Amino acid sequence: MSVKVTHLTKLYDLQRAVDDLTFEARKGEVLGFLGPNGAGKTTTMKIITGYLPQTGGAVEVCGFDVEKQSLEARARVGYLPEHNPLYKDMYVREYLEFTARLNRTSNARKRVEAMIERTGLASHRQKQIGELSKGYRQRVGLAQAMLHDPEVLILDEPTSGLDPNQIVEIRQLIKDLGREKTVILSTHILAEVEAVCDRAIIINKGKLAADAPIETLRQQFSGQSIVTAEFSGAVSQPQLLAIPQVQSVKNLGKGRWELRAAVEDDIRAAVFHFAVQNKLTLLELHKSVFSVEEIFRELTK
Amino acid sequence: MTAIFFKEINAFFSSLIGYIVIGVFLVIMGLVMWVFPDYSVIDGNYATLDTLFAMAPLIFMFLIPAVTMRSFAEERQSGAIELLVTRPVTDWQIVAGKFLACLVLVLFALLPTVLYYFSIYQLGAPKGNLDSGGILGSYIGLLFLASAFVAIGVFASSLTGNQIVAFVLATFLCFFTYLAFDYLSRLPVFFGKTDDIVQSFGIAYHYNSVSRGVLDTRDLTYFISISALFLAATVLSLGRRKW
Repeated sequence: MSVKVTHLTKLYDLQRAVDDLTFEARKGEVLGFLGPNGAGKTTTMKIITGYLPQTGGAVEVCGFDVEKQSLEARARVGYLPEHNPLYKDMYVREYLEFTARLNRTSNARKRVEAMIERTGLASHRQKQIGELSKGYRQRVGLAQAMLHDPEVLILDEPTSGLDPNQIVEIRQLIKDLGREKTVILSTHILAEVEAVCDRAIIINKGKLAADAPIETLRQQFSGQSIVTAEFSGAVSQPQLLAIPQVQSVKNLGKGRWELRAAVEDDIRAAVFHFAVQNKLTLLELHKSVFSVEEIFRELTK
Repeated sequence: MTAIFFKEINAFFSSLIGYIVIGVFLVIMGLVMWVFPDYSVIDGNYATLDTLFAMAPLIFMFLIPAVTMRSFAEERQSGAIELLVTRPVTDWQIVAGKFLACLVLVLFALLPTVLYYFSIYQLGAPKGNLDSGGILGSYIGLLFLASAFVAIGVFASSLTGNQIVAFVLATFLCFFTYLAFDYLSRLPVFFGKTDDIVQSFGIAYHYNSVSRGVLDTRDLTYFISISALFLAATVLSLGRRKW
């Protein structure tokens, strides 16, 4: 197990920022860390990286306790903090070489060059960090985190403030990294979790609200499949409820209706037959399951 | 530690800070030593470097806090401190790297003043008639004093994210440890009774003692302790997030 968090608790004065949190992250997995602002995401990450001490519980990184074997644990973690703090007056290469030496990376120069290539910083290596745009700074932050080839990467909102093209590139980079390493990534962009992560952990007010692969989460949670149908003429609620397997019906305005059924039942055929029998034209028929967005809102209410 | 040391040294010399500090120190020293009539060696008619050793601590009192004020305050402000302390280096290594880098910059400023020694050596009548032992002792004293001031400055910088606060605080602490005990010892409560003990808390007492050219272990112990004390306080302050 690359990262093992057991009964983690963090108190700020009397406020429980993290409350009895237990989860694990495996190698070759991108773990999405989700939660509303102030849920305790950043605090948890700061504890994993050894920046803050926990009040209770324990965190292990590659088998090393982050408090008792801090140096060993820290050497195995790459960290991109929330606001990506960098030294603005340093040059890209100078900064990365400094980080490499700080991490005691062997053949630092070669690693730095490799990272510059990998993060697409090649044309900017001679620039001062302060001159770079936000997207490129974020790349420097990522390069810095990956420089010493750590087994665990902790990325706190890695795509915040980037333009759509940059977001796609950075996500691809994170996905590639996730194949060989353990990546824990926090975000409040839900599409990002669907695009990048294998598994999601949702925390709310410091407590674990969900921990499951994205697919399972979606299915489990929904429990119901939703069919949206639009008819050309007037239909009444009891008529629709008479359709086999339909559990509930909601009018969305005019001829549009939302029909719910158990997740394993597909009621689309039945709805179509209903329309034919009643000589109605079906203008729309669409089946959907809960989106991560809805799951998130449901869980963090 | 070496990574941090070289990064700090590079930061001094790739920006203007390093050159300004060295330049300003040498210009003031040059003016006081050779130009200003009230202090200059030429008008003093004695082949000594006393002016240098009397003025340097006063200049250091302002110049060293200017050098050290950014060492932690800047990183605390930008948040880079979070990345630094989560790397596999101990807090002691971070503090030592920054302390040594600042100290080396001050050494660079002090180094050219060795020329004054050779100038005065030539100017003496007869030639070479000056107290070389005393001067060597004074240089050693000045180094110890600089290291104490740098430790104080680094400590002040670790307390705050605001560089101006760090500067003012460091200047005050330098002044206090250097001179205040001398003045306090003249209060009626201490005077004639324990004034010697009160004075011995201050840097000036030990600095003057070393300047006479006598290297006493008590003075060495004092200087090493005061630097170590403030460096330990810096490490403590860096670990403040863990309290």
